[in-house]
Amino acid sequence: MVNHSQTELIIEAGRTETQYWKDLWRYRELFYFLAWRDILVRYKQTVIGIAWALIRPFLTMIVFTVVFGNLAKLPSEGAPYPIMVFAGMLPWQFFSGALSECSNSLITNSNLISKVYFPRLIVPASAVIVSFVDFLVAGMILLALMAWYNFVPSWRILTLPVFILIAFAASMGAGLWLAALNVKYRDFRYVVPFIIQFGLYISPVGFPSSIVPQQWRFLYALNPMVGVIDGFRWAIIGGQAELYWPSFLLSLGLVILLFGGGIWYFRKTERTFADVI
Amino acid sequence: MSETVIRVENLSKKYIIGHQKQERYTALRDVLAEGAKSIGRKLLKPGKRVSDPGGEEFWALKEVSFEIKQGDRVGIIGRNGAGKSTLLKILSRITEPTSGRISIKGRVASLLEVGTGFHPELTGRENIYLNGAILGMSKAEIKKKFDEIVAFAEVEKFLDTPVKRYSSGMYVRLAFAVAAHLEPEILVVDEVLAVGDAQFQNKCLGKMGEVAREGRTVLFVSHNLSAVQSLCQTGIYLDSGKINTIGNISTTLAAYQQTVFDNSTGKSETIEVAQGQVKFTKWQLAGSLTQHEHSCYSREECKFVLTLVTRRQITGVNIGFAIWNSDEKLIIAASSLDGGKTYLSLEEGVYEFVFKVRLPLKSDTYHLDVSVNTDEGQLDRWQPATQLLVLPNLQTNLPEIWQGLLNEEVEFELQNVSTPILEGN
Repeated sequence: MVNHSQTELIIEAGRTETQYWKDLWRYRELFYFLAWRDILVRYKQTVIGIAWALIRPFLTMIVFTVVFGNLAKLPSEGAPYPIMVFAGMLPWQFFSGALSECSNSLITNSNLISKVYFPRLIVPASAVIVSFVDFLVAGMILLALMAWYNFVPSWRILTLPVFILIAFAASMGAGLWLAALNVKYRDFRYVVPFIIQFGLYISPVGFPSSIVPQQWRFLYALNPMVGVIDGFRWAIIGGQAELYWPSFLLSLGLVILLFGGGIWYFRKTERTFADVI
Repeated sequence: MSETVIRVENLSKKYIIGHQKQERYTALRDVLAEGAKSIGRKLLKPGKRVSDPGGEEFWALKEVSFEIKQGDRVGIIGRNGAGKSTLLKILSRITEPTSGRISIKGRVASLLEVGTGFHPELTGRENIYLNGAILGMSKAEIKKKFDEIVAFAEVEKFLDTPVKRYSSGMYVRLAFAVAAHLEPEILVVDEVLAVGDAQFQNKCLGKMGEVAREGRTVLFVSHNLSAVQSLCQTGIYLDSGKINTIGNISTTLAAYQQTVFDNSTGKSETIEVAQGQVKFTKWQLAGSLTQHEHSCYSREECKFVLTLVTRRQITGVNIGFAIWNSDEKLIIAASSLDGGKTYLSLEEGVYEFVFKVRLPLKSDTYHLDVSVNTDEGQLDRWQPATQLLVLPNLQTNLPEIWQGLLNEEVEFELQNVSTPILEGN
């Protein structure tokens, strides 16, 4: 009992814990448990339960198909319009869900933050996992749509995990920034819904980004979700959907910057979370 | 065994407390406004630094240093806001110190609140796993102790009910049960015993005593002084962020009680005695070892001095004297007639009556009850607001439930009735 872990722990002002990443690994079980709790609680005391994760994207998809595909008659890059819309909606819903869960995660767990020690990174990370589960569930709709339209994806579908990873980094990066800022400035409580609402219009969710005039496409990619969604479409639809590489690389660069910056800012501010939350 | 496990050197923690600001959190607009203001100031008066007028520094801890050895049971006491909880928070790495250094050897588990992270929607079973993980237990560890935890909490029947439907007692029992089965080398506990009924509190104290007996280091913050006294052998008395007293628990507790008492005597009454009236105006203890006129040590010979003012002549006088404990139980009563003494006759003037008594009482506050009775009936009965404080001076290892009203010294001796016959010699 007495012999193990006799390493000496030093607590000092401004000391960046060298053990942080080791601690993160040691607390991985807490990470599982928090994610498990959030998933378990998410649809408690609802009648149709997890079916909500199917219904919401399904109805949105129908609306977008009718408005953009049937009324506005936008092009669909060679695939049935619903599949084109859904290939964009999957990452978008993942991103928006993760962003709102993540940015609120520290506030909703404030009792934990102020009473127990653990690497704080666990909280927003497990919030993203919950949205990822919704993402996987919604993915089943895509499979159903493909079966319905007899749509066979090309070899590019195999690259999808890479784009999922990019979507993950984008959600996590933005989420970390907002979560850390939200602890100190509750203004971000109002900023997040705005970002999500606004983002839906400026991201190519209901329409392909190929309809954006060529000279603007590079600038358009300043929205990192443009690269993520284009990547998803490229992998899922195949065929005519072409990746506009300069804009994709710009988005990818921004995602990496967002993710790295998010971790850096979170680590910088997390030491004072318990004092200001 | 007596290796130093926690060494704290010059630990300080500063908080900035905002004055006029109402919000609990900073709003972005304030930061922007302050930023703009300070730029403006720099432009107008370059080279001059202006501090933030809205904030004031508050040192929750100031230059605190101490050492804790392996297996010590340390009680941290002090008034609200003395920095006890801040100290525990820094020790358990929840918040970081402003300056100073702490080195800790061994795994620390902190229990600053019962039921941290319990989710009302989850069942008892699920919450045991969740709470265990939050407190730092591994899944395997929780699984191993699961039955023990459930038995301790006495919630077998409700394991699959969401805890939001639990009674508050069941909730607290379950929460403490999880925490009680932690096995860290250093256990940090803050005021958790303030919840639950008396029986459960005793169970918790017993469990904590058990943990301590296993040779683990325990840091315990509580306002329940007798719990601290029964559980800990060392005490740290914090007063406005600084260490006032450190050392043996009895010494520390006595020092603490003394200051608490000094602060509460400000409200002693001044009594006006009008023409024709008879009234008690003052009471005090003379010659107590505590050097304090309203407190004494348990089992010490006490001289209670009662001052009576009479503004007329009275005859057939007897003085009554009684002491009640904080549960309104009569401890002792006496009268000036006891032992066959005669009635007194008093001229107009000021008198002092002395009751000499040895009080073998447990450490607590008591209140006096005095009266002056004559042929005409009771002329005055006075229950002074200033209470009597009895301080402990007896070392005991008994837990709180085994502390009786009396704190009398009991002699113990071992007598050998027969010596065993040593065989084979």
